Amino acid sequence: MGQSVSVTLPVGVAAPPLSVASTAVLGAASGLSAKIKLDRMSVYYGAFLAVAEVSLPVYAHQITAIIGPSGCGKSTLLRALNRMNDLIPRARLTGKVWLDDQDIYAPEMDVVDIRRRVGMVFQRPNPFPKSIYDNVAYGPRLYDRIPKSELDEMVERSLRRAALWDEVKDKLKQSGMALSGGQQQRLCIARAIAVEPEVILMDEPCSALDPVATLKIEELMQELETDYTIVIVTHNMQQAARVSDYTAMMMMRPDRAGQVIEFDVTTKIFTRPSDKRTEDYVTGRFG
Amino acid sequence: MNTPAARRWTGAAARERKRRLVNILMLGLTGLATLLALVPLAWILAEVVARGSSALNVEFLTQTFKPTSLGGGGIWHAIVGTAILVGLASLLAVPIGILAAFYVVAHPNSAMGLAVRFGTDVLSGLPSIVVGLFIYTVLVIERGYSAWAGSLALAILMLPVVTRTTEEMLKLTPQSLREASLGLGAPEWKTTFSVMLPAALTGVVTGLMLAVARVSGETAPLLFTALGSNNLSVALDKPMASLPLTLFKYAVDPSKTRNAQAWAIALVIVALVLFLNIGARLIAMWRSRMMR
Repeated sequence: MGQSVSVTLPVGVAAPPLSVASTAVLGAASGLSAKIKLDRMSVYYGAFLAVAEVSLPVYAHQITAIIGPSGCGKSTLLRALNRMNDLIPRARLTGKVWLDDQDIYAPEMDVVDIRRRVGMVFQRPNPFPKSIYDNVAYGPRLYDRIPKSELDEMVERSLRRAALWDEVKDKLKQSGMALSGGQQQRLCIARAIAVEPEVILMDEPCSALDPVATLKIEELMQELETDYTIVIVTHNMQQAARVSDYTAMMMMRPDRAGQVIEFDVTTKIFTRPSDKRTEDYVTGRFG
Repeated sequence: MNTPAARRWTGAAARERKRRLVNILMLGLTGLATLLALVPLAWILAEVVARGSSALNVEFLTQTFKPTSLGGGGIWHAIVGTAILVGLASLLAVPIGILAAFYVVAHPNSAMGLAVRFGTDVLSGLPSIVVGLFIYTVLVIERGYSAWAGSLALAILMLPVVTRTTEEMLKLTPQSLREASLGLGAPEWKTTFSVMLPAALTGVVTGLMLAVARVSGETAPLLFTALGSNNLSVALDKPMASLPLTLFKYAVDPSKTRNAQAWAIALVIVALVLFLNIGARLIAMWRSRMMR
């Protein structure tokens, strides 16, 4: 946990965005290095501005939560971090997204390489209609011809890391679709880990799961924090409070463009938020 | 009892009666239409079985052509011919059709994608005899009748069916699977081949079998391409026999023996199409059970 540094942004068309300089200060003050930096990043779908001028650090080996009401652009922001929005026709991005010191939207950057380094877990568990083993091995097999023994090891390591090994070790050849929802989601996490990414993006990973499965995933996230940088979008404020170190609060402007109105250490967001709207939201007064 | 609510209530019973009446009427009409739609199928099947089974026996299936004075022989040469013609046509049409479908799905709004889709629609509406005539003009006039030419004509007829079914099936696979694969850093082609296609395979295979069944009965495009033959031949550069062509020839033959044989061939073709259809359904059922 970094020390509390609060940055509050007023909402309005002429909102002064968080500059790179100020995010650098925020990072320096907390003694953490930013794995990803957003610099006045805006995302458009055609003419529609979905996310407006977001500047934000994502600290290495921390869990950053993005919270806010429905439709405020949380998923759009998350999907901008590994260029998943490229799949949407007419989606367009301005500003910069830095991964370490690389501008991931620079023309010379390889989108396949970026997605290798920035993995993703989706809202609905989406295992491939293949065996459990093949699901996990899918990623590693993409990049190399790996000997069977080594691949076996990789699969086991990833499944252990995703806290699923004990439940599936005797049925690795069975279809991944046959698992329960919570197991499927952990399989998807194992599948993402197997690629050994640097960052894992999670888009409401527990919204389709029951509380017990949710708890398992949350514990897992905290385990993974030591090796990976995690960004999670969640509707569940208790979840953000439980698992994350930093929280970004998003809100829609009157023109329906999403904006980050406050970014801070999670404990501060949930106990002493600087912005009245954040306070209203986290205390359940609206949203 | 003259409040608006009461008026609505008294009207309700009459309305309900009327609704039931309309319901029964519509049910009757749709039922009748369904029955009428099934009549031709049942009639054809009954006729084919009744007239075709007399000439159908093992010799008929395993012998080749003989003059009627020697009993008329069998249709083995035509069975082999159809298998080769259709097999070759599939070999040509299936890879091209599937790859084209990949392209259309990946770039649905590109000029090329729209052109392919439009072209597919036009091609699937093309009368098969036109395709035959086309091949005749560009190929047969110069090089003579051949199995190659026949297969090519059949392939052109298969192509739109294969492209369209594969495209529809790929579109039905969940977008989430595509995202999962791309999110792992898989390139687009790899995603299509190892995730989308297997997920869509049931539908694709069903579509392929239906396409095969469709062209196995085609006569017109073979008339002036593969021409037909009375000999068992596997040479691709020579005329080749096929079931529909032999049926056509025997049906217009003055000999009663030949007419009976024509019905037997009809029975064989119907059985073949039926088996392919049932096979397609079985594969679909088996695969969908595997997925669960």
